[in-house]
Amino acid sequence: MNSFLMRSWLARALLFAFSVIIAAFFVTPLLWLITAPFNTQANLAVTIPSNPSLANFEAVYNNKFAMRALFQNNLIIGGGVMVLVAGVATMASYGLSRTHVPGRDVLVYVLILFSSVVSGTAAMVPIFLLVFRLGLIDTYAGVILVMTGGLLPSAIFIMRDFIDSIPRSYEEAALVCGASSLRVFRDVALPMVRPGVVVVAIWAFVNAWGAFLIPSVLLRSPDRMPASIASYSFYTEAGTPNLTLLSAYAFLYTIPVLVLYLIVNWRFGFRFFGGIKS
Amino acid sequence: MERKHAIFPARVGIIFLTPALLFVVVFLLYPFVRVFLLSFTNQTLLGTTAPNPEFVGLDNYQRLFDPDRWMRLGEFGSALKITAQFVVGSALIGQAGMGMLIAWAFYRKRGVLREVVFTLVILAWIIPETVVAFTWVAFLDWEFGTLNSVLDTIGVGRPDWLFDRPLQSIILFNSWRGTAFSMLLFSGALETIPPSYVETAEVVGATAWQKFRDIFFPLLRGHILTDLILITLWTFNVFTPFLLTGGGPAKRTEVVSIYTYRTAFMGRHEFGKGSSIAVVMMLINLALALIYLASIRRRRAT
Amino acid sequence: MSRSKFLTFLLVTILALGALNIGPAQAQEPVKVTITCRCVVGGVNHNLAVWLTTFVIPTFEEAMAAEGTPVDVELVEFGGGDEQLKEQYALDLSVGSGYDIISFDGFWVPEFVGAGLLKPLAEVVGPEVNDWEGWGHISEGIQAILSYQGQRYGIPAGTDVRQIFYRKDLFEQAGIALPWQPTSWEDVLNTARTLKEAGVEIPLQINAGTAMGEATTMQGYFMVLLGAGHHLYDFEDNKWIVKSPGILDTLNFYKTVYVDEGLGDARMQLLQDGRNRSFVAFRDGQVGMLVEGDWFWRSVIAPGSETAVENRNEVVGWAMMPAKEPGAGYRGQDFVSISGGTGWLINPNTPHPQEAWAFLSYMSSRDPVRAFELIQPRISFRDDVQVAGDLVMTAMASALLQYSTVRPMLPEYPLISTEIQLMTERVVSGEMSPEEAMDAFAEAVTEIAGADNVKIIE
Repeated sequence: MNSFLMRSWLARALLFAFSVIIAAFFVTPLLWLITAPFNTQANLAVTIPSNPSLANFEAVYNNKFAMRALFQNNLIIGGGVMVLVAGVATMASYGLSRTHVPGRDVLVYVLILFSSVVSGTAAMVPIFLLVFRLGLIDTYAGVILVMTGGLLPSAIFIMRDFIDSIPRSYEEAALVCGASSLRVFRDVALPMVRPGVVVVAIWAFVNAWGAFLIPSVLLRSPDRMPASIASYSFYTEAGTPNLTLLSAYAFLYTIPVLVLYLIVNWRFGFRFFGGIKS
Repeated sequence: MERKHAIFPARVGIIFLTPALLFVVVFLLYPFVRVFLLSFTNQTLLGTTAPNPEFVGLDNYQRLFDPDRWMRLGEFGSALKITAQFVVGSALIGQAGMGMLIAWAFYRKRGVLREVVFTLVILAWIIPETVVAFTWVAFLDWEFGTLNSVLDTIGVGRPDWLFDRPLQSIILFNSWRGTAFSMLLFSGALETIPPSYVETAEVVGATAWQKFRDIFFPLLRGHILTDLILITLWTFNVFTPFLLTGGGPAKRTEVVSIYTYRTAFMGRHEFGKGSSIAVVMMLINLALALIYLASIRRRRAT
Repeated sequence: MSRSKFLTFLLVTILALGALNIGPAQAQEPVKVTITCRCVVGGVNHNLAVWLTTFVIPTFEEAMAAEGTPVDVELVEFGGGDEQLKEQYALDLSVGSGYDIISFDGFWVPEFVGAGLLKPLAEVVGPEVNDWEGWGHISEGIQAILSYQGQRYGIPAGTDVRQIFYRKDLFEQAGIALPWQPTSWEDVLNTARTLKEAGVEIPLQINAGTAMGEATTMQGYFMVLLGAGHHLYDFEDNKWIVKSPGILDTLNFYKTVYVDEGLGDARMQLLQDGRNRSFVAFRDGQVGMLVEGDWFWRSVIAPGSETAVENRNEVVGWAMMPAKEPGAGYRGQDFVSISGGTGWLINPNTPHPQEAWAFLSYMSSRDPVRAFELIQPRISFRDDVQVAGDLVMTAMASALLQYSTVRPMLPEYPLISTEIQLMTERVVSGEMSPEEAMDAFAEAVTEIAGADNVKIIE
């Protein structure tokens, strides 16, 4: 065997071994989530169910409160945040990229710093008072708007580079032909930055999907609570977690983000084109 | 980076920026100013200081840095030290290091292996926080946990992760949780490197390390800077370790975000004091960003 | 044109968001009253939720409709933790909103009153509340649970007592005579040592640490401190006791149990889910003695619970917590206990105080309270309702209520309680010696209460 083939074989073997190690590290913590829901007696061990049962899912399905949280409230909140963050961030990044804004990089970074303060626990009382004054306590809109505000700076930061990296010649050509700036944005630029919009949209959706603190401060009616809070309905009379039902609910809670990711990845490819650089 | 010319007049830019500006003013700037002002008061949510808060000047800040006790477990200095270890361990070494390694291993490669690895890494990133906390409590459990079952089988023994090695536990956890972002960023960045550079290096027989040092690293400086700034900031503020350890045992995993929560929220409700912590954290992050920037610039100069 | 289109799009988005803003529906007729508690049918405090939705609310609505003043009562189930519920109350009351009737832990009252968030019942509803027949059936001590500075803020729903629960099967194995009733700390410790020699994994578990929150202060610290001779607060001088030989004795008791002799499992006190672990360990026969409230008996190890002890009445015994030595306890007592309690308040912002009071006074009257006793026997707050069919609960109540005391009803208490949890944690984890932990406690309490409001007993 010549040395080139030998080297290439060795490289493949190394890559394979590396992949196995990385994959194992990332998948083992999740094994419990895959086995526990199908066991009738759950503990913290990963036990392959000898007699797989869907009884836990049936019990979870009968919990109307938790089901509504997952399949109504979470979708409204996650969807709302996704649309707003992706839409507003794309427009803003486009504006920043295609006009001259002095000191825009510093500006975006300062906004990220602010968002880290405002998304923290210290700001929850001021945020509550603000949302109250807007008359949006116990509404989906209040939660959606506050979360959008917190995610926007990082979203703009990520989007900005996607937009900087696409060529401008098409837009310039369209402008020359007399298209309006919004038309250029919608019909020329948007199709080209779609992969970036998709990344930001998923990122925003996932963040909103798992959020706990903001909804628990801003919402009141059990009818509007998201799944992170509804998980608490699988506690026992004494207030201890009911592991069998909780694991089944956690399983259902995870499926939508997984499916969404797989669809998007298959349809558009989930990656950062050109990375992000400052 | 090179500055590109504007294709729209400023008037049009303002239209594009207006929605974002509205959000920023109402939901970022306004609360931020509130927090900043509150940090100079003794405002609480409950108790007699709630209806009549007083201006206390820099008291809250001074209290954070009280030299007699600030390094005690459960105080600000201790929280800062734990946070520093947490950031270096989980963000810089864990997420950025592992992310770079994975991105580099799959540089210019396609196929099932890459799809599987990327999907699993990304999965860890997108699963809801509360679910992740549950699975990790189960994973790290001393008696039943998967990790100890594996370690026991290969003869390493059964460490009591959440009790004896709580900081290592949350570092391991957060590396697992957040590697995806760095991996995606670096793998996107690597695609921008012209293959001819690498081919030339291979022809002259450069080792993997030489290729990384002389080709990848200089070209990826900007990306590395962005990555470090973002993940440092995020890791400073991440709250998920609370779901795993509650900051314990005995405050040994009390990072600053948990310290803030305990001050401004749970039990104490001293949000004047909590605000001062948030402001200090922001300044620390600003300083770190400047240090990263300076060190990358210096390297560029040499 | 396209710009206007875009603006229309923005407007539509904003309107669509506004449309999602559906406030709580306000029915014109009948009057709508809301009540909330940490209770979920099929979840936490299931029994309470079931009692309200299947008995109290329907019978009340029926009676009111018959009188021609229909009221529609809605239970808003809250599934989160106590701390989150408290947070929501504080936020809602501070902006003048919230549900009409709210469940409340007694020791929160002073903090909320101090913040100007609550008003006495007689002010919210009217002086006629003082004429309610129920007050004559609720002892002064129990009324005090939801009273502050001589004013009633709500109607209590029950009280509790604290004691040592022990596993008779493990005691028999170790050759300890039954029934068991220690008369000093040394008795308790010697029993724990005997159990340890007999191979019991965790002879004695008494709460410490911050992870357990108020349970540490009540079931742990107070139960030891009161036996060392004094309370947290000197009710004659009106000062917090921040340093004393009694505090030191208390911390040394913890040190003996968790650090020096390993009679208890410090791990369970320090881990986040430690309290649940201690319940599970008790169920599985690994814990010999556990200091807990009667809630442990009626809820945690009761039949049907996940941590139910099989044959509870045969296997589990209880004993009073002794003072350090006979007669050395608080007020010269031989035994000690402490009681807390929860109840219901009427939100001062309610638009329907009369209807809310009608419901609250009805649910606290004899027949509904009896109905609850049948679902879950507990120490009744009314003297005309007996603990239903649980002789152990009856015995605990009659033995311990005479020794029991309550927390200081002061706005600073919740903050000081968190300092107590921290102090015990520092000793149990071995981070500090009892002396150092007491010094740090004194410093912190002085900062909270002010130097004029603390005292040191040499």
